[in-house]
This record gives sequence, structure tokens and C-alpha cells, in this order.
Amino acid sequence: MSSGLFLVQALNGLQLGILLFLVAAGLTLVFGVMDFINLAHGVQYMLGAYLGAALAAATGSFWLGLLLALPAALLFGLLLEVLIFRHLYDRDHLSQVLATFGVILFLNQAVKAIWGAAPLQVPVPALLEGGVVLMPGLQYPLYRIAVLGAGIATALGLWFLVERTRLGMLVRAGATNAPMVSALGVDIRRLFMLVFAFGAMLAGFAGVLAGPIFSVEPGMGDHVLILAFVVIVIGGIGSIRGAFIAALIVGLTDTLGKSLMPDLMRLFLDPSAARQTGAALASMLVYIAMAAILAFRPRGLFPARSG
Amino acid sequence: MPRLRLDVALTLLVLAVLALAPFIGLGANHYLTMFARMMILAAAAVSLSFLVGGAGLASLGHAAAMGVGAYAVAILDAHRLTDITIVLPVALAAAALFSLLTGAIAIRTEGVNFIMITLAFGQMAFFTASSLAAYGGDDGYTLYDRTEIFGSRLMENRIFFHYLCLGFLIFCWGLCAMLLASRFGRVLRAARENPLRTQAVGFAPYPFRLLAYVTAGTLAGLAGVLFANATEFVAPAYMGWQRSGELIFMVILGGLGRLSGAILGAVVFVLLETWLPSLTAHWKMIFGPLLILAVLFMRGGLIGFLGARRG
Amino acid sequence: MAEALLSVQGLCKHYGGLAVTNDVSLDVKPGEIHALIGPNGAGKTTLIHQITGTVAPDAGSVVFADKDITRFSLPRRVHAGLARSFQITSIIAGFSVLENVALAAQAKSGSSFRFFRAAHGEAALNEAAREALAEVGLADRAAIIAGALSHGEKRALEIAIALATQPRLLLLDEPLAGAGPEETERLITLLRRLKSRYAILLVEHDMQAVFALADRISVLAEGRIIATGSTTEIRASAEVRAAYLGEEEMPC
Repeated sequence: MSSGLFLVQALNGLQLGILLFLVAAGLTLVFGVMDFINLAHGVQYMLGAYLGAALAAATGSFWLGLLLALPAALLFGLLLEVLIFRHLYDRDHLSQVLATFGVILFLNQAVKAIWGAAPLQVPVPALLEGGVVLMPGLQYPLYRIAVLGAGIATALGLWFLVERTRLGMLVRAGATNAPMVSALGVDIRRLFMLVFAFGAMLAGFAGVLAGPIFSVEPGMGDHVLILAFVVIVIGGIGSIRGAFIAALIVGLTDTLGKSLMPDLMRLFLDPSAARQTGAALASMLVYIAMAAILAFRPRGLFPARSG
Repeated sequence: MPRLRLDVALTLLVLAVLALAPFIGLGANHYLTMFARMMILAAAAVSLSFLVGGAGLASLGHAAAMGVGAYAVAILDAHRLTDITIVLPVALAAAALFSLLTGAIAIRTEGVNFIMITLAFGQMAFFTASSLAAYGGDDGYTLYDRTEIFGSRLMENRIFFHYLCLGFLIFCWGLCAMLLASRFGRVLRAARENPLRTQAVGFAPYPFRLLAYVTAGTLAGLAGVLFANATEFVAPAYMGWQRSGELIFMVILGGLGRLSGAILGAVVFVLLETWLPSLTAHWKMIFGPLLILAVLFMRGGLIGFLGARRG
Repeated sequence: MAEALLSVQGLCKHYGGLAVTNDVSLDVKPGEIHALIGPNGAGKTTLIHQITGTVAPDAGSVVFADKDITRFSLPRRVHAGLARSFQITSIIAGFSVLENVALAAQAKSGSSFRFFRAAHGEAALNEAAREALAEVGLADRAAIIAGALSHGEKRALEIAIALATQPRLLLLDEPLAGAGPEETERLITLLRRLKSRYAILLVEHDMQAVFALADRISVLAEGRIIATGSTTEIRASAEVRAAYLGEEEMPC
């Protein structure tokens, strides 16, 4: 592979990593603060993509679509929290897995019923059309660069919010020791509702951003969800910093693996078999990485909880 | 204590209906197909219930072990090896080895991380299956033949297959119940409830848990062998996390902590899965909320629910 | 004088810059009750964790019955003959009282990788469990679910569980914590009876009980043993008084 192509793939990997981080950030905080497994976090990403696509089509503007989709995703997250999730906090993990699995089944099908099973195409906004010349003869789409920039900006903002504000301090403390925070007189349920809604919005934001890059289709959240779980488990549950680093690791591993593995396999197999085997092996890479990391550090790279 | 045994009575009733099915007007092919699916999934769910409710190991990758068994059948079939004397040992060994390797790592972790790492191993198996281009890849693989029993094609006889599945289900139930009652099971149950106390009387839980994990995985692998024979088809989706989620659903719907609950859960699951699509193409929009309602309002599962109604 | 059964030498444990256990040495001889006392925050819990194997020391050694068990896991120490009770009651609440103790007996009676026979039907295990229960006065509660016992009964059950592992030394971590006056009286009588057969390392806050039971007392303050001696010696020690008075002045 040429160095130019490698650069492109590395950028793609970073960009997948950033999207994963946006999804994983909410998930890891919800996980950390309330010890709650939310499988339905992935469908919130999907919903963001659909809302973005539908609202952009209705208003004729990607930007208006984005602007409207964010509060919509937030409200929907709140609705799920009030209707279902808050009744599950004191239940065991498997019950949580099961109920949120039910939410996935419903929403995947609902999306199919409303928008059909065929993927929706979301056009790249006019402002971000075209490409940037990375090196002579090598262009990279402007939109993808913008996604990278928006993701990094959001990550920085989130870092500031979590590390430098009082609210963030409470959230971090909640992730480490929830009983202590409620003993300090903070309404942990309110705090959690906030974190939850915010996390849902971040996932929705990632979905809207992903719209013009990937196809918007039912079930698109499932794969992202599992990858986001891998991210937070590798990063250490409840840790934003861990989620960020792990998201980049997973994004890069997945993307570079998918482009390199088939080439590598061609050394051993005929081209068509190499393509299929290579792609599948590449999909496995992140899980192998996760298993390897957990084998040596059962609590992830940056465990937030002590003791 | 007759109330406590209500679940067992109900399960025995279900088994009796299944045993009599061919004689009470339920012998039509579409019934037998549904029953086979029901019994095989029930057996896999019983092994999962043993793992989750007995040993406290909440695996979200149990379908992978089942899929390993199914793929053993498919891969041997592609090489025209279909006799049970080869298929069975290979499938057993493959499922046991897979469970041993993944369990050895997974059991080092706890709680949520255990759920997640078993999920990840399941996905690994899923992608491995997708990569097997020679055995259908993403599209799956259709068997040439069902497994032969010492050269005979007995498995193709629907009645024989029906009773084979029933026998296997009863075997799984009995075996898991026996294990849980044994010394081995007592240590597992103790370690589930209070690991520190269990260590403080002299037991290191790890080897006990690992053996439980391998046992459950091997039983699931056997269920996979039957499942491949029932559908005469194998696909990566057999290993996917949705299937693992469905197995968890059966275990919890029936009632965690009772092996018989898994059987009842599987029966209800397969009935719903068969009946709901006849109402609407979007049946999952009904099934999903049913699942949520079951979790929210039926703590203790069907068994808990029935017990509470009676009491 | 008899050889020490348990001998702790130069144990150290640091957390960050804080020396939680600072060069601690103590021993327990067969047939004696050696009490470990000290104000809150003196490092008793961490010391016990190191003796029982849940925390690894930074330096020092734990020798039990002439065997260096410093690197042994908790289960291995139990097999060597060191049994413990927990400060916060730790029983298997969903098991019957009998099964709690039978589980401990099972650890001492051959392999537990046995699969075919129902464990609750093993007469030898149940017999051993009943004996231990009778010892602590819970014989008639055997069939009850352990979670339903009263607090004092649970404390007694913990001791029965420890006895069923056939230990040579009992490490009792505040066995009287939370027990009412009547229950305390009963538990003290029990411990006095056990003393002839088992060496006991007793960690206890109830000073009356300590002075009534102990042959020797060690006082832990700020991670160090500041005094070891007979009850009379400890009562008279100025250093010990200072350690405890300090605590009263700064209750925390």
C-alpha cells in the first residue's frame, strides 16, 4: 500500500474513532454513574442519523436538520429514561440487557416501518463539498475533515466539562463512588437524567455526522454499539479519557485492519478468498485486542472505579 | 412444599405434551419443525441457565458455543463426513475447546466486564464464521445430508428426530440439575452468592467456574449439532449476539435460578416467534415492548409470576 | 514456652506515602488467645488482610506452623489450618445454616470435583456440620435459611463455619461487633471454651471482652505495635493510654 493511501486510511480510522468516542462517552458515563448497561445506546445513534436525514430533507438544509436533530435526540433520550430506564437502575445487569434489547428490537423495526428497509442517502452539505489536497495527487473529502474537526472539538469541550466544571466533578465522583455523591446531598437521579440525556444527544450527534458518510439504515446502530462497548471496556468503565484513547485505538485498528488484512491474506490465499477472509479477520481484530487487553488488565486501561 | 415445585410440574406437563405430540394431532410437519426448534433452544437455554443462575456467570456469548457445534457439522459435511461417530466427537471437542479458551480469559473478569467480554468473543466467532468462504461465508451453508447414525439415515425420520431432541432436552435438564446439586455445584452456588466467603472456607472459585463454563458451552455445542440438523443449514447469525440475547431472554423470562424456567421461557419464546409474524410483518414492534414489559413487571420471570398469583 | 503457631515478622504495607503497616511482628502460640487492639485507623484491618492473604505485604513474612505462607492465597491458607471470621458478617444467606457449615466441611473432606451425588445427602459432611453447629449452640437452627438468623446467631454461624474447616488457628475479626449484651455474654463463653483447642488471634473493640479472654494483648497504633504483654502489663502501659486518649481527643 502506498503511503498516500495509508494516510487516507489512517484519517478514516481516526474519524471512525471520533464517532465511536461520541457514542461511547455517554455510554461510559451512564455505565459508570448508574452501573447501568444500556444496549439501546446504539439505536440512539441510528435515530440521530434518521432524524438528521429526515429533518434535512424536510427543511432542505443539512444544517437546519442538524440543529433540529440534536434537541430531538435529547428529548427522545429523556423519554426513554423516564418511561423505561429509570425503573431498571436497581435491577441486575441481565434484566437491563434484556429490557434495552427490547428497545433495540422495537426501534430497529419502527425505523423500518417508517422509512423503509432501504438505506437513505444523505447528501454532503454544499458548504463542505469537494476535497482537500493532502499531497500532490491525493485528495481527501472536506466533509470528512470537518467531521474529524467537529469530533475533536466536541471531545475537547466534553473534557473541559467533565474535568474542569463542578458538574463534571460530580459526574466523575458519581462514576467512582455514587453513594458518596448522594451522601453529599446531590440528587443522583437528576444528575443521571442529565448525563443520560446528554449522552443520548452525543450519540445522536455522531449519527447525524455519520449520515453523509455511511448509509443510514435500520440496524446501523448495532455494530456501532458493540464497538462502543469494546471501547469502554478497553478504556475502563466510567473513564472519559480511557474512552477517548480506546476509541482511537479501535477506530484505527478496525479501519487499517480492513484495508491491510486482505492484502496480507493475498500472500496465502487466492484473491477472492483473501478479500473475504481478510475482511472478516479485520473485523475480529478489535475483539482480539479487547480480549488481549482484558486478559492482562481485567478492569481496562484506565479503571475509574477504585477498589 | 407444593408451590415451590409448580415450575417443575408445569415443565413436566410441557414435556408430556411434547412426548405425546405425534399422537394428539400435533404430528404435522410444521408442528414438528416448531417443536424441534423449541426443544433445541430450550436445551441451550437450560445450559445457559445453569451458567447464569447456577454459577453466576452472565454470558452474552452463549450462542457462539452453539454455533461452533453447528459449524462443526457444516464443515465436516462439506468434506462429506456425516457419520455421528466423527461428527459428535469433533463437535464436542470443538465446543469444549472454544469454551475453554474463551472462558479462561473471560472468567478472570467480573460483572459487567464479563458480560462484555463474552459478547466480544461471540462476535469474534461470528466474524470467523463469516470469513469461512468455503463454507458459505456470510450467506451460510446448506447441508448435503443430515448426520448419519452408524451409516443409517435415521435423523431424516421426523418422528425419530423429534424424540431425539426431546431426549436431549431431558438429558440437559437432568445433567445440569445433578451438577448443581453435587459438591461441585454447591461450590458454584456458594461462589455466586458470596465469593469471599467461599474462598475463606478454602475454595478458589476459578477452576470451578471454568469447568462450569466449559460444561455449559459443550452442551450448547451439542444443541448446535441438533440445530444444524433440524434446519439443514448453518449461518453466522447462529452465533450472533442477537441469538445470545434471545437465549438470555428465555432464561430470564422463565425465571432465573430455576433450570425449568429456561424450558418454559424457550417454549414461550418460540410460540411468540411463530405466532406474532402472522399478525404483522413488523412483529418485532410488538415483541420488543413485550420483552420490556416482561422485565419490568414479571420479576422472577414466569415462575415468579405464577407463584405470586397462586400465593 | 511453646513454639509459636503463627509468627508474623516485620510486615510492612505502604499506600502511597502512608505506612499503614509499619514493621509489625507478633506471634500466637497454641492454646492462647492473643488479642489485637488499637484505636480506629490504627491499621488493624490491613494487617488482618495481610495475615489472611487478601492483601500482599510489601515486606516481611507470615509463618504458620513452620510454613512460610506469605505468598499463599486465601484458600491455601485455609487449607493450611488458618480460619477466619469477618468483621462484617459474611455468610451465604441463601443456603441453609447446615449447608453453610457443610460447605466448609466439604473443603476438608476430599475433592470437590465430584459431580454425581447430591451434596446435601452426604452424611459425613452433614455430621461434621452438625457437630460444629452444636459447638456454637445452633444445633436446632440447622434447617433454617441462614439469611433469616438473628445478628448474634449469624456471628455464631461464622464461628461454626470457621470450626468446620478444622483449623489450628482462628482469626476472629471483631466477633462481638453489633451483638447485644446477652449475645455478647454467650459468645464470650463460647470463645473461652474454644480456647483450649484452638489458638485464637482476636481483634476486638470490646475492651471488657478482651481483658476477660486474652492471655496476651498487642496494641496497634498508627501501623506499629506499640506494646505487647499480659493484660496487667497492657493496663499499666502509659504508651497505650496515650494512644487511646489521643483517640478520644480527636474522635474521627
